[in-house]
Amino acid sequence: MVRLMVDAPAAGSDESAVDAFLQGGRPQEHPAQGEPSLRHAPGPYFGNYGGRWMPESLIAALDELEDTFEKAKADPEFTAQIADLNKNYSGRPSLLTEAKRFAEHAGGVRIFLKREDLNHTGSHKINNVLGQALLAKRMGKTRVIAETGAGQHGVASATAAALLGLECVVYMGAEDCRRQSLNVARMELLGATVIPVTNGSQTLKDAINEALRDWVANVGNTHYLLGTAAGAHPFPAMVRYFHEVIGEEARAQILDQTGQLPDAVCACIGGGSNAIGIFHGFLDDPSVKIYGFEAGGEGVETGRHAATITLGKPGVLHGARSYLMQDDDGQTIESHSISAGLDYPGVGPEHSYLADIGRVSYEPITDSEAMEAFRLLCRTEGIIPAIESAHALAGAIKVGQRLAAEDAAGASDKIVLVNLSGRGDKDVATAAEWFDLLDQDSPEAEIAKEGEQL
Amino acid sequence: MSISQDGNENAAQNASKSAAAIDRARAQGRAALIGYLPAGYPSVEDTIAAGIALAENGADLIEIGIPYSDPVMDGQVIQAATTEALAKGFHVREVFDVVRGITSKTDAAVLVMTYWNPVVRMGVDEFSRRLAEAGGAGLITPDLIPDEAAEWMAASDKYGLDRVFLVAPSSSPERMKRTVDASRGFVYAVSIMGVTGARTSVSSAARNVVAAAHAAGAERVCVGLGVSNAGQVREIAEYAEGVIVGTALVAAIRDGGVDAVASLTKDLSTGLTKEEA
Repeated sequence: MVRLMVDAPAAGSDESAVDAFLQGGRPQEHPAQGEPSLRHAPGPYFGNYGGRWMPESLIAALDELEDTFEKAKADPEFTAQIADLNKNYSGRPSLLTEAKRFAEHAGGVRIFLKREDLNHTGSHKINNVLGQALLAKRMGKTRVIAETGAGQHGVASATAAALLGLECVVYMGAEDCRRQSLNVARMELLGATVIPVTNGSQTLKDAINEALRDWVANVGNTHYLLGTAAGAHPFPAMVRYFHEVIGEEARAQILDQTGQLPDAVCACIGGGSNAIGIFHGFLDDPSVKIYGFEAGGEGVETGRHAATITLGKPGVLHGARSYLMQDDDGQTIESHSISAGLDYPGVGPEHSYLADIGRVSYEPITDSEAMEAFRLLCRTEGIIPAIESAHALAGAIKVGQRLAAEDAAGASDKIVLVNLSGRGDKDVATAAEWFDLLDQDSPEAEIAKEGEQL
Repeated sequence: MSISQDGNENAAQNASKSAAAIDRARAQGRAALIGYLPAGYPSVEDTIAAGIALAENGADLIEIGIPYSDPVMDGQVIQAATTEALAKGFHVREVFDVVRGITSKTDAAVLVMTYWNPVVRMGVDEFSRRLAEAGGAGLITPDLIPDEAAEWMAASDKYGLDRVFLVAPSSSPERMKRTVDASRGFVYAVSIMGVTGARTSVSSAARNVVAAAHAAGAERVCVGLGVSNAGQVREIAEYAEGVIVGTALVAAIRDGGVDAVASLTKDLSTGLTKEEA
């Protein structure tokens, strides 16, 4: 019996449900009766997206992972472990900070930052790696492998592996290894082995390919600790589960601080894990508009970008059907972004679905727009954001200005929530080069030219 | 959705070019030899010439790979070849020229081995139509499992193409059965947990995978991954209906061109006769 691709819930009813959501209305704890909830979508399919486009050799491992994950979710011991690590290791709950001086540049709306930058290891990534590393232990695996672009997920994976006593191997494009040598050192300090990938385009997607090849050969003792809410089922739903804490906390915090739900929620999208984490808390709140900001690179018209949903077409890559940057032959196109964390030609399948049904609006932000927002946050709030997160900040400025344009008198009552997914310490050299802050003869200038992220 | 089981005596099965090629070998008391070549490496013309050389020197089936940007099941040798083919400007539509070039000159069954996205991009039905028109036997799909193959099941039925799915040492009995049932022509048994590439010995897992596929009802099971010499062919020919050689042939065309492919094929084919026959 062949399992047909499930198109559930039916597109027609979905659209009407979402139309109903978008017509606004009072904030509510649960969707009205008859409207399907968009929360906790279990996979494997999100509308026509998701699934398992993977070699048969890995299906047993995916089944084992799915089974382990489902049992763990229902096990109070596991959820208590996660809660304990989140609180006493990562430092959760992360703060919700109102950015008053920054907001003056966004039409005068109120802007609140969900401070994932304050987590241990400096970004939201820790939520997912701790969860998956615990699952690896439950499966009796002794080794985890991970892919990384700039090194943030690699550092987080190495951290979780060190904490839980697992061997860790990180695949990283050879070019990225050279540019991010300090992050390579960071992973090695944490006990991980970093393997430079010289195949294909030598970027993040090739690092994923190489990790998959390793996984096929070593699946008996190895868990593939995928870093984003993409890939084959159960990864998209599972990675989202570990990041749902962002949205849960943010929703409670914004209600506590303002007494109301936000008018808009903004996040940056590469693979989309930080975004799906915060979006999830608000998917069933029809009054909350949700925005995902993709990397527009040098401009979507230049072809040098990573705006997968904006300009991609549905296809299959790395195990999931989703929007994909591809040419007319179905070959993956290399993406470009000043932000290594957004520089990926695919996107998580749940985002593709949320785009198609219109629940989330996806828009590109160029390198220049992101860097302006980066500088603005530094100077108005004393917070150096990750360049990834700066894309969400740039988007929030646009959203704030639109809200003000619609209703100037009411602007100061509007609330925009931004997921500040990571801190920008790693991006200081890139930013210094961008803003021409370095003495041309300094060793730092030399490093920055090579794209080093300190 | 109707599914033709491997071994069913229905019209589609009778039309299976792959099954017919394997059965011809079986009638001669030997296993079938299946050779892999990546399309467009080092050129489309060379692939056609090498494919013909394969058929003329003992290969019963020929597997033409479509170079793809993200070949997760391939090792270094095949990756290097397909990367070079893409760098030289290979286009997916040229695979039909390769298939036609070989099928017009030989009796070998010619299958296309492809990662799934290039097929999705062209359109599953359109790709299938053009493959059938070119005289192709069907598709080998390393990253498509029957669970996701509804569109391909329909198109392969419509155009009478073989659908060769993979089974692995890790396949559960349930998955083995499902995959065998969904396949037509033959079932591709992955000999080891790993990617393509020559290995010094064939894993003992291969024999178990083939036995499991047979137990699940497969009439024709061919073993691939890591097979590079006549000795390994001989070992596998004892228990499988066919033996698949890839990386060794790619290395041959890389190092010695079409002549090297011809001589390696001739050598590999010496291992095909079953010991007990």
